[in-house]
Amino acid sequence: MAEIVTLAEAVRELVHDGDTVALEGFTHLIPHAAGHELVRQRRRELTLIRMTPDIVYDQLIGMGAARKLVFSWGGNPGVGSLHRLRDAVEHGWPVPLELEEHSHAGMAAAYVAGAANLPFGVLRGYAGNDLVERTRVATVTCPFTGEELAAVRALRPDVGVVHAQRADRHGNVQVWGITGVQKETVLASRRSLATVEEIVDELDERPGAIVLPSWVLDAVAVAPGGARPSYAHGYYDRDNEFYVAWDAISRERDAFADWMQRHVLEAVAA
Amino acid sequence: MSYTAGAGSTESGYSSDEIMAVEAARRLRNDDVCFVGIGLPSLAANLARRTHAPGCVLVYESGTIGAKPARLPLSIGDGELAETADSVVSVPEMFAYWLQGGRIDVGFLGAAQIDRHGNLNSTVIGPYDSPKVRLPGGGGAPEIATSVENVFVMLRQTRRAFVERLDFRTSRGDRVRVVVTDLGILEPRDGELTLVRVHPGVRVDDVRAATGWELAVASDLGETTPPTDDELAALRTLEAA
Repeated sequence: MAEIVTLAEAVRELVHDGDTVALEGFTHLIPHAAGHELVRQRRRELTLIRMTPDIVYDQLIGMGAARKLVFSWGGNPGVGSLHRLRDAVEHGWPVPLELEEHSHAGMAAAYVAGAANLPFGVLRGYAGNDLVERTRVATVTCPFTGEELAAVRALRPDVGVVHAQRADRHGNVQVWGITGVQKETVLASRRSLATVEEIVDELDERPGAIVLPSWVLDAVAVAPGGARPSYAHGYYDRDNEFYVAWDAISRERDAFADWMQRHVLEAVAA
Repeated sequence: MSYTAGAGSTESGYSSDEIMAVEAARRLRNDDVCFVGIGLPSLAANLARRTHAPGCVLVYESGTIGAKPARLPLSIGDGELAETADSVVSVPEMFAYWLQGGRIDVGFLGAAQIDRHGNLNSTVIGPYDSPKVRLPGGGGAPEIATSVENVFVMLRQTRRAFVERLDFRTSRGDRVRVVVTDLGILEPRDGELTLVRVHPGVRVDDVRAATGWELAVASDLGETTPPTDDELAALRTLEAA
Protein backbone atom coordinates (compact mmCIF):
# COMPACT_ATOMS: atom_id res chain seq x y z
CA MET A 1 0.00 0.00 0.00
CA ALA A 2 1.20 3.47 -0.81
CA GLU A 3 1.72 5.77 2.11
CA ILE A 4 0.49 9.31 1.67
CA VAL A 5 3.42 11.45 2.74
CA THR A 6 4.97 14.82 1.96
CA LEU A 7 7.16 15.11 -1.10
CA ALA A 8 10.21 15.83 1.04
CA GLU A 9 9.58 12.69 3.14
CA ALA A 10 8.99 10.58 0.05
CA VAL A 11 12.25 11.63 -1.60
CA ARG A 12 14.21 11.23 1.65
CA GLU A 13 12.83 7.74 2.14
CA LEU A 14 12.91 6.40 -1.43
CA VAL A 15 15.81 8.01 -3.31
CA HIS A 16 19.42 7.55 -2.25
CA ASP A 17 22.72 8.75 -3.67
CA GLY A 18 23.86 6.46 -6.46
CA ASP A 19 20.36 5.19 -7.25
CA THR A 20 18.98 4.63 -10.72
CA VAL A 21 15.96 6.92 -10.95
CA ALA A 22 13.36 7.32 -13.69
CA LEU A 23 11.23 10.47 -13.51
CA GLU A 24 8.99 9.79 -16.50
CA GLY A 25 6.43 11.75 -18.45
CA PHE A 26 6.32 11.73 -22.24
CA THR A 27 6.10 15.53 -22.59
CA HIS A 28 2.94 15.52 -20.38
CA LEU A 29 2.71 15.28 -16.56
CA ILE A 30 6.43 15.72 -16.11
CA PRO A 31 7.38 15.40 -12.42
CA HIS A 32 9.07 18.79 -12.01
CA ALA A 33 8.27 19.16 -8.30
CA ALA A 34 9.84 15.78 -7.50
CA GLY A 35 12.91 16.66 -9.56
CA HIS A 36 13.29 19.90 -7.64
CA GLU A 37 13.08 18.04 -4.35
CA LEU A 38 15.95 15.81 -5.52
CA VAL A 39 17.94 18.98 -6.16
CA ARG A 40 17.08 20.44 -2.74
CA GLN A 41 18.08 17.24 -0.99
CA ARG A 42 21.36 17.30 -2.95
CA ARG A 43 21.18 13.82 -4.37
CA ARG A 44 24.38 12.82 -6.15
CA GLU A 45 25.75 10.14 -8.49
CA LEU A 46 22.32 9.29 -9.82
CA THR A 47 21.75 7.34 -12.99
CA LEU A 48 18.81 9.20 -14.49
CA ILE A 49 16.49 7.41 -16.91
CA ARG A 50 13.98 9.12 -19.14
CA MET A 51 12.87 8.71 -22.74
CA THR A 52 12.57 12.46 -23.28
CA PRO A 53 14.77 14.30 -20.77
CA ASP A 54 13.83 17.97 -20.90
CA ILE A 55 13.98 20.98 -18.59
CA VAL A 56 13.84 19.22 -15.21
CA TYR A 57 16.61 16.82 -16.30
CA ASP A 58 18.62 19.77 -17.59
CA GLN A 59 18.28 21.22 -14.08
CA LEU A 60 19.29 17.99 -12.33
CA ILE A 61 22.26 17.55 -14.67
CA GLY A 62 23.33 21.17 -14.32
CA MET A 63 23.24 20.84 -10.54
CA GLY A 64 25.56 17.85 -10.69
CA ALA A 65 23.03 15.28 -9.46
CA ALA A 66 23.69 12.74 -12.23
CA ARG A 67 26.64 10.64 -13.33
CA LYS A 68 24.79 8.86 -16.12
CA LEU A 69 21.81 9.47 -18.37
CA VAL A 70 19.81 6.73 -20.10
CA PHE A 71 17.64 8.37 -22.75
CA SER A 72 16.32 8.43 -26.30
CA TRP A 73 15.70 12.13 -27.03
CA GLY A 74 17.10 14.96 -24.93
CA GLY A 75 15.91 18.43 -25.82
CA ASN A 76 13.68 21.36 -24.97
CA PRO A 77 10.50 20.24 -26.78
CA GLY A 78 9.42 22.68 -29.46
CA VAL A 79 12.32 25.02 -28.55
CA GLY A 80 15.75 23.44 -29.13
CA SER A 81 18.67 21.96 -27.24
CA LEU A 82 19.29 21.51 -23.52
CA HIS A 83 22.30 23.66 -22.70
CA ARG A 84 23.13 22.08 -19.33
CA LEU A 85 22.99 18.61 -20.89
CA ARG A 86 25.21 19.83 -23.70
CA ASP A 87 27.67 21.42 -21.28
CA ALA A 88 27.90 18.19 -19.28
CA VAL A 89 28.47 16.05 -22.37
CA GLU A 90 30.68 18.48 -24.28
CA HIS A 91 32.73 19.89 -21.36
CA GLY A 92 32.11 17.63 -18.36
CA TRP A 93 30.53 20.52 -16.39
CA PRO A 94 29.79 20.41 -13.51
CA VAL A 95 30.57 16.68 -13.62
CA PRO A 96 31.09 14.33 -16.56
CA LEU A 97 27.94 12.62 -17.76
CA GLU A 98 28.00 9.12 -19.15
CA LEU A 99 25.35 8.45 -21.81
CA GLU A 100 23.43 5.31 -22.63
CA GLU A 101 21.46 6.27 -25.69
CA HIS A 102 18.51 4.45 -27.22
CA SER A 103 15.73 4.95 -29.70
CA HIS A 104 12.21 5.58 -28.38
CA ALA A 105 11.07 2.18 -29.61
CA GLY A 106 14.00 0.50 -27.86
CA MET A 107 13.48 2.28 -24.58
CA ALA A 108 9.75 1.65 -24.62
CA ALA A 109 10.43 -2.06 -25.14
CA ALA A 110 12.95 -2.02 -22.28
CA TYR A 111 10.37 -0.49 -19.92
CA VAL A 112 7.77 -3.06 -20.97
CA ALA A 113 10.24 -5.85 -20.23
CA GLY A 114 10.97 -4.33 -16.83
CA ALA A 115 7.27 -4.05 -16.03
CA ALA A 116 6.72 -7.67 -17.10
CA ASN A 117 9.69 -8.87 -15.04
CA LEU A 118 11.35 -10.22 -18.18
CA PRO A 119 15.11 -9.92 -18.74
CA PHE A 120 14.90 -8.20 -22.11
CA GLY A 121 12.58 -6.60 -24.59
CA VAL A 122 12.45 -7.39 -28.27
CA LEU A 123 11.82 -5.18 -31.26
CA ARG A 124 12.45 -4.74 -34.94
CA GLY A 125 14.83 -1.89 -34.42
CA TYR A 126 18.29 -0.35 -34.29
CA ALA A 127 18.75 -1.39 -37.93
CA GLY A 128 21.30 0.29 -40.13
CA ASN A 129 22.40 3.01 -37.73
CA ASP A 130 25.43 3.87 -35.62
CA LEU A 131 23.51 3.72 -32.33
CA VAL A 132 23.85 -0.03 -32.27
CA GLU A 133 27.59 0.24 -31.56
CA ARG A 134 27.08 2.84 -28.85
CA THR A 135 24.39 1.36 -26.69
CA ARG A 136 23.29 -1.77 -24.88
CA VAL A 137 21.54 -3.63 -27.63
CA ALA A 138 22.03 -7.19 -28.84
CA THR A 139 20.64 -9.41 -31.56
CA VAL A 140 18.40 -12.40 -30.94
CA THR A 141 17.12 -14.92 -33.43
CA CYS A 142 13.43 -15.71 -33.38
CA PRO A 143 13.10 -19.43 -32.50
CA PHE A 144 10.02 -19.74 -34.72
CA THR A 145 10.89 -17.82 -37.87
CA GLY A 146 14.64 -17.32 -37.70
CA GLU A 147 14.24 -13.56 -38.01
CA GLU A 148 17.01 -11.50 -36.42
CA LEU A 149 15.62 -9.00 -33.94
CA ALA A 150 17.01 -6.40 -31.58
CA ALA A 151 17.06 -7.20 -27.87
CA VAL A 152 17.23 -4.50 -25.21
CA ARG A 153 18.01 -5.17 -21.59
CA ALA A 154 15.02 -4.58 -19.29
CA LEU A 155 14.94 -1.28 -17.45
CA ARG A 156 14.64 -1.88 -13.72
CA PRO A 157 15.06 1.49 -12.00
CA ASP A 158 15.64 1.60 -8.26
CA VAL A 159 13.02 4.32 -8.12
CA GLY A 160 10.27 5.32 -10.53
CA VAL A 161 8.67 8.74 -10.16
CA VAL A 162 5.55 9.90 -12.01
CA HIS A 163 3.15 12.81 -11.69
CA ALA A 164 -0.59 12.17 -11.99
CA GLN A 165 -3.81 14.11 -11.73
CA ARG A 166 -5.37 12.56 -8.63
CA ALA A 167 -5.24 9.95 -5.92
CA ASP A 168 -7.85 8.75 -3.47
CA ARG A 169 -7.26 8.52 0.26
CA HIS A 170 -6.03 4.93 -0.11
CA GLY A 171 -3.30 6.02 -2.52
CA ASN A 172 -4.86 4.70 -5.72
CA VAL A 173 -3.58 6.99 -8.45
CA GLN A 174 -5.54 8.08 -11.54
CA VAL A 175 -3.85 9.33 -14.72
CA TRP A 176 -5.47 10.43 -17.96
CA GLY A 177 -4.68 12.17 -21.22
CA ILE A 178 -1.31 11.25 -22.69
CA THR A 179 -0.15 8.54 -20.30
CA GLY A 180 3.23 7.87 -21.92
CA VAL A 181 5.27 5.21 -20.13
CA GLN A 182 4.10 6.07 -16.63
CA LYS A 183 2.46 2.71 -15.92
CA GLU A 184 5.50 0.79 -17.16
CA THR A 185 7.83 3.02 -15.13
CA VAL A 186 5.99 2.33 -11.88
CA LEU A 187 5.71 -1.40 -12.54
CA ALA A 188 9.36 -1.74 -13.65
CA SER A 189 10.77 0.08 -10.62
CA ARG A 190 11.73 -1.46 -7.30
CA ARG A 191 10.33 1.54 -5.44
CA SER A 192 7.94 4.13 -6.75
CA LEU A 193 6.48 7.52 -5.99
CA ALA A 194 3.53 9.30 -7.54
CA THR A 195 3.03 13.00 -7.00
CA VAL A 196 -0.54 14.17 -7.63
CA GLU A 197 -2.39 17.41 -8.16
CA GLU A 198 -4.92 16.57 -5.47
CA ILE A 199 -6.34 13.87 -3.24
CA VAL A 200 -10.06 13.23 -3.60
CA ASP A 201 -12.57 11.08 -1.76
CA GLU A 202 -13.47 9.08 -4.80
CA LEU A 203 -11.91 8.59 -8.26
CA ASP A 204 -14.81 9.05 -10.65
CA GLU A 205 -14.63 7.84 -14.23
CA ARG A 206 -12.58 9.78 -16.76
CA PRO A 207 -12.36 8.85 -20.44
CA GLY A 208 -9.17 6.93 -21.11
CA ALA A 209 -7.98 7.08 -17.51
CA ILE A 210 -5.77 4.42 -16.02
CA VAL A 211 -5.46 3.67 -12.33
CA LEU A 212 -2.24 2.65 -10.65
CA PRO A 213 -3.43 0.65 -7.65
CA SER A 214 -2.12 1.78 -4.30
CA TRP A 215 -0.38 -1.55 -3.73
CA VAL A 216 2.05 -1.08 -6.65
CA LEU A 217 3.27 2.24 -5.24
CA ASP A 218 5.35 3.04 -2.18
CA ALA A 219 4.41 6.66 -1.72
CA VAL A 220 1.93 9.25 -2.91
CA ALA A 221 2.65 12.91 -2.29
CA VAL A 222 0.39 15.86 -3.01
CA ALA A 223 2.18 18.39 -5.20
CA PRO A 224 -0.27 20.87 -6.73
CA GLY A 225 1.24 22.27 -9.89
CA GLY A 226 3.84 19.52 -9.63
CA ALA A 227 4.17 19.17 -13.40
CA ARG A 228 4.57 22.90 -14.09
CA PRO A 229 5.76 24.27 -16.44
CA SER A 230 4.60 21.19 -18.38
CA TYR A 231 0.99 20.17 -18.81
CA ALA A 232 -1.40 18.42 -16.45
CA HIS A 233 -4.39 17.51 -18.60
CA GLY A 234 -7.58 18.84 -16.98
CA TYR A 235 -5.61 21.10 -14.61
CA TYR A 236 -3.28 23.38 -16.58
CA ASP A 237 -1.59 23.90 -19.92
CA ARG A 238 2.08 24.14 -20.66
CA ASP A 239 3.72 27.44 -19.73
CA ASN A 240 5.23 27.88 -23.15
CA GLU A 241 6.87 31.19 -22.31
CA PHE A 242 8.92 29.45 -19.66
CA TYR A 243 10.08 26.77 -22.11
CA VAL A 244 11.28 29.54 -24.41
CA ALA A 245 12.80 31.50 -21.51
CA TRP A 246 14.69 28.41 -20.33
CA ASP A 247 16.82 28.54 -23.44
CA ALA A 248 18.34 31.84 -22.28
CA ILE A 249 18.40 31.01 -18.54
CA SER A 250 20.25 27.75 -19.12
CA ARG A 251 22.76 28.99 -21.70
CA GLU A 252 25.25 30.42 -19.16
CA ARG A 253 26.43 28.59 -16.04
CA ASP A 254 26.09 31.61 -13.74
CA ALA A 255 22.60 32.56 -14.87
CA PHE A 256 21.55 28.95 -14.48
CA ALA A 257 23.02 28.65 -10.97
CA ASP A 258 21.39 31.90 -9.95
CA TRP A 259 18.01 30.80 -11.25
CA MET A 260 18.25 27.44 -9.45
CA GLN A 261 19.25 29.16 -6.22
CA ARG A 262 16.27 31.50 -6.29
CA HIS A 263 13.59 29.23 -7.74
CA VAL A 264 14.51 25.78 -6.44
CA LEU A 265 17.02 25.78 -3.58
CA GLU A 266 15.34 28.61 -1.70
CA ALA A 267 11.85 27.37 -2.47
CA VAL A 268 9.97 25.17 -0.04
CA ALA A 269 8.73 21.74 -1.05
CA ALA A 270 5.02 21.34 -1.54
CA MET B 1 12.30 26.83 -33.66
CA SER B 2 9.20 28.80 -34.42
CA TYR B 3 7.48 29.09 -37.72
CA THR B 4 5.81 32.45 -37.75
CA ALA B 5 4.11 33.55 -40.92
CA GLY B 6 6.31 35.84 -42.88
CA ALA B 7 9.62 34.69 -41.40
CA GLY B 8 12.14 34.99 -44.18
CA SER B 9 9.49 36.36 -46.51
CA THR B 10 10.48 36.81 -50.09
CA GLU B 11 9.23 39.38 -52.54
CA SER B 12 6.91 36.73 -53.88
CA GLY B 13 4.84 37.01 -50.73
CA TYR B 14 5.52 33.79 -48.89
CA SER B 15 8.32 32.60 -46.63
CA SER B 16 10.66 29.69 -47.16
CA ASP B 17 8.99 27.90 -44.24
CA GLU B 18 5.65 28.37 -45.96
CA ILE B 19 6.72 26.91 -49.31
CA MET B 20 8.30 23.97 -47.45
CA ALA B 21 5.07 23.32 -45.52
CA VAL B 22 2.95 23.66 -48.66
CA GLU B 23 5.19 21.37 -50.72
CA ALA B 24 5.19 18.69 -48.01
CA ALA B 25 1.43 18.99 -47.53
CA ARG B 26 0.82 18.50 -51.26
CA ARG B 27 2.49 15.11 -51.05
CA LEU B 28 0.08 13.77 -48.42
CA ARG B 29 -2.94 11.86 -49.69
CA ASN B 30 -6.39 11.74 -48.23
CA ASP B 31 -5.99 8.09 -47.18
CA ASP B 32 -2.52 8.45 -45.68
CA VAL B 33 -1.77 7.64 -42.07
CA CYS B 34 0.98 10.01 -41.12
CA PHE B 35 3.45 10.06 -38.20
CA VAL B 36 4.03 13.70 -37.31
CA GLY B 37 6.57 15.63 -35.26
CA ILE B 38 6.38 19.20 -33.97
CA GLY B 39 7.40 22.12 -36.18
CA LEU B 40 7.27 22.08 -39.96
CA PRO B 41 5.93 18.49 -40.23
CA SER B 42 3.02 19.33 -37.93
CA LEU B 43 2.34 22.46 -39.93
CA ALA B 44 2.43 20.53 -43.22
CA ALA B 45 0.24 17.67 -42.05
CA ASN B 46 -2.37 19.97 -40.52
CA LEU B 47 -2.38 22.05 -43.70
CA ALA B 48 -3.04 18.94 -45.77
CA ARG B 49 -6.03 18.13 -43.54
CA ARG B 50 -7.40 21.63 -44.10
CA THR B 51 -6.95 21.58 -47.87
CA HIS B 52 -6.94 18.54 -50.15
CA ALA B 53 -6.60 15.70 -47.63
CA PRO B 54 -9.20 16.08 -44.86
CA GLY B 55 -9.13 12.31 -44.30
CA CYS B 56 -5.40 12.16 -43.61
CA VAL B 57 -4.85 10.54 -40.19
CA LEU B 58 -2.37 12.35 -37.96
CA VAL B 59 -0.47 10.24 -35.45
CA TYR B 60 1.79 11.95 -32.91
CA GLU B 61 4.35 9.73 -31.19
CA SER B 62 3.08 10.67 -27.73
CA GLY B 63 0.21 8.24 -28.41
CA THR B 64 -2.50 10.31 -30.07
CA ILE B 65 -4.04 8.59 -33.09
CA GLY B 66 -6.26 10.59 -35.42
CA ALA B 67 -5.55 13.93 -33.76
CA LYS B 68 -7.49 16.86 -35.26
CA PRO B 69 -5.99 19.87 -33.48
CA ALA B 70 -7.76 23.20 -33.98
CA ARG B 71 -4.46 24.97 -33.33
CA LEU B 72 -0.86 23.87 -33.79
CA PRO B 73 0.35 21.85 -30.80
CA LEU B 74 3.22 23.32 -28.76
CA SER B 75 4.71 19.91 -28.18
CA ILE B 76 3.67 16.31 -28.74
CA GLY B 77 2.32 16.31 -25.16
CA ASP B 78 -0.22 19.02 -25.91
CA GLY B 79 -3.66 18.24 -24.46
CA GLU B 80 -5.19 19.54 -27.68
CA LEU B 81 -3.91 16.37 -29.39
CA ALA B 82 -5.36 14.03 -26.75
CA GLU B 83 -8.72 15.81 -26.71
CA THR B 84 -9.18 15.69 -30.49
CA ALA B 85 -7.76 12.21 -31.10
CA ASP B 86 -9.78 9.14 -32.08
CA SER B 87 -7.70 7.16 -29.61
CA VAL B 88 -4.92 7.82 -27.12
CA VAL B 89 -2.53 4.94 -26.49
CA SER B 90 0.56 4.47 -24.35
CA VAL B 91 4.00 5.11 -25.77
CA PRO B 92 4.99 1.41 -25.79
CA GLU B 93 1.77 0.61 -27.66
CA MET B 94 2.43 3.43 -30.12
CA PHE B 95 5.87 2.14 -31.06
CA ALA B 96 5.03 -1.58 -30.95
CA TYR B 97 1.52 -1.97 -32.37
CA TRP B 98 1.22 1.08 -34.59
CA LEU B 99 4.70 1.95 -35.83
CA GLN B 100 6.49 -1.43 -35.90
CA GLY B 101 3.13 -3.01 -36.67
CA GLY B 102 3.38 -1.37 -40.07
CA ARG B 103 0.25 0.75 -39.77
CA ILE B 104 1.82 4.10 -40.69
CA ASP B 105 2.20 5.16 -44.33
CA VAL B 106 4.22 8.35 -44.04
CA GLY B 107 6.73 9.48 -41.45
CA PHE B 108 8.28 12.93 -41.34
CA LEU B 109 11.88 13.34 -40.24
CA GLY B 110 14.21 16.27 -39.81
CA ALA B 111 17.90 16.20 -38.92
CA ALA B 112 21.07 18.20 -38.53
CA GLN B 113 22.78 16.36 -41.40
CA ILE B 114 21.73 14.34 -44.44
CA ASP B 115 23.85 12.51 -46.99
CA ARG B 116 23.16 11.75 -50.66
CA HIS B 117 21.48 8.47 -49.71
CA GLY B 118 19.01 10.07 -47.32
CA ASN B 119 20.76 8.78 -44.20
CA LEU B 120 20.21 11.25 -41.36
CA ASN B 121 22.14 12.46 -38.33
CA SER B 122 20.34 13.98 -35.36
CA THR B 123 22.78 12.71 -32.72
CA VAL B 124 26.13 14.56 -32.69
CA ILE B 125 28.34 16.90 -34.66
CA GLY B 126 31.90 15.69 -34.27
CA PRO B 127 33.00 12.41 -32.66
CA TYR B 128 30.40 10.64 -30.51
CA ASP B 129 32.63 10.47 -27.42
CA SER B 130 33.79 14.09 -27.59
CA PRO B 131 31.18 15.89 -29.66
CA LYS B 132 31.49 19.44 -30.87
CA VAL B 133 27.71 19.68 -30.60
CA ARG B 134 25.59 17.22 -28.70
CA LEU B 135 22.21 17.18 -30.50
CA PRO B 136 18.95 15.92 -28.93
CA GLY B 137 19.28 12.45 -30.47
CA GLY B 138 17.22 10.12 -32.58
CA GLY B 139 14.03 9.72 -30.53
CA GLY B 140 11.60 7.92 -32.77
CA ALA B 141 13.63 8.37 -35.95
CA PRO B 142 15.59 5.07 -36.13
CA GLU B 143 12.42 2.97 -36.20
CA ILE B 144 10.31 5.48 -38.12
CA ALA B 145 12.91 5.26 -40.89
CA THR B 146 12.57 1.48 -41.09
CA SER B 147 8.87 0.97 -40.26
CA VAL B 148 6.92 3.40 -42.44
CA GLU B 149 6.65 2.96 -46.21
CA ASN B 150 7.47 6.55 -47.06
CA VAL B 151 9.82 8.87 -45.23
CA PHE B 152 9.46 12.59 -45.97
CA VAL B 153 12.42 14.72 -44.89
CA MET B 154 12.08 18.46 -44.29
CA LEU B 155 15.37 20.30 -43.95
CA ARG B 156 16.88 23.67 -44.82
CA GLN B 157 19.53 23.25 -47.47
CA THR B 158 23.05 24.35 -46.48
CA ARG B 159 26.53 22.87 -46.86
CA ARG B 160 26.58 22.22 -43.12
CA ALA B 161 23.45 20.10 -43.36
CA PHE B 162 23.87 18.44 -46.77
CA VAL B 163 27.16 16.67 -46.23
CA GLU B 164 29.37 14.22 -48.09
CA ARG B 165 29.80 12.17 -44.93
CA LEU B 166 27.61 12.11 -41.80
CA ASP B 167 29.26 12.49 -38.40
CA PHE B 168 26.83 9.86 -37.12
CA ARG B 169 24.12 7.80 -38.77
CA THR B 170 20.97 8.06 -36.65
CA SER B 171 18.59 6.65 -39.23
CA ARG B 172 18.90 4.93 -42.59
CA GLY B 173 17.77 6.49 -45.81
CA ASP B 174 16.42 3.72 -48.00
CA ARG B 175 12.77 4.70 -47.46
CA VAL B 176 13.28 8.43 -47.97
CA ARG B 177 10.97 9.33 -50.88
CA VAL B 178 11.38 13.09 -50.87
CA VAL B 179 13.48 15.81 -49.27
CA VAL B 180 11.70 19.16 -49.11
CA THR B 181 14.12 22.03 -48.60
CA ASP B 182 13.88 25.81 -48.68
CA LEU B 183 15.47 25.75 -52.15
CA GLY B 184 13.75 22.87 -53.91
CA ILE B 185 12.74 19.22 -53.94
CA LEU B 186 15.07 16.22 -53.99
CA GLU B 187 13.99 12.67 -54.73
CA PRO B 188 16.00 9.47 -54.89
CA ARG B 189 16.86 8.45 -58.45
CA ASP B 190 19.33 5.67 -59.21
CA GLY B 191 20.09 5.36 -55.51
CA GLU B 192 20.98 9.00 -54.96
CA LEU B 193 19.08 12.12 -53.93
CA THR B 194 18.55 14.15 -57.09
CA LEU B 195 17.30 17.70 -57.49
CA VAL B 196 13.95 17.42 -59.31
CA ARG B 197 12.38 20.84 -58.60
CA VAL B 198 13.66 24.27 -57.68
CA HIS B 199 11.42 26.74 -55.90
CA PRO B 200 10.49 29.91 -57.82
CA GLY B 201 13.41 32.32 -58.00
CA VAL B 202 16.01 29.71 -57.02
CA ARG B 203 18.77 28.81 -59.51
CA VAL B 204 20.26 25.36 -59.78
CA ASP B 205 23.65 26.84 -58.93
CA ASP B 206 22.20 28.16 -55.65
CA VAL B 207 21.19 24.61 -54.75
CA ARG B 208 24.56 23.19 -55.80
CA ALA B 209 26.30 25.80 -53.67
CA ALA B 210 24.20 24.74 -50.67
CA THR B 211 25.03 21.05 -51.09
CA GLY B 212 28.19 19.44 -49.73
CA TRP B 213 28.36 16.78 -52.43
CA GLU B 214 28.30 16.84 -56.23
CA LEU B 215 24.55 17.26 -56.59
CA ALA B 216 22.76 15.23 -59.26
CA VAL B 217 20.19 17.26 -61.18
CA ALA B 218 17.27 15.62 -62.97
CA SER B 219 17.17 15.98 -66.75
CA ASP B 220 13.49 16.87 -66.40
CA LEU B 221 14.14 19.46 -63.67
CA GLY B 222 11.10 21.66 -63.11
CA GLU B 223 9.97 24.54 -60.96
CA THR B 224 7.77 24.20 -57.89
CA THR B 225 4.27 25.56 -58.31
CA PRO B 226 4.14 28.55 -55.95
CA PRO B 227 1.79 28.29 -52.96
CA THR B 228 -1.74 29.22 -54.00
CA ASP B 229 -3.74 31.91 -52.25
CA ASP B 230 -5.96 29.22 -50.76
CA GLU B 231 -2.98 27.28 -49.44
CA LEU B 232 -1.42 30.37 -47.91
CA ALA B 233 -4.71 31.45 -46.38
CA ALA B 234 -5.23 28.03 -44.79
CA LEU B 235 -1.63 27.98 -43.57
CA ARG B 236 -1.82 31.42 -41.98
CA THR B 237 -5.17 30.70 -40.36
CA LEU B 238 -3.60 27.61 -38.83
CA GLU B 239 -0.58 29.51 -37.54
CA ALA B 240 -2.74 32.27 -36.09
CA ALA B 241 -5.12 29.88 -34.29
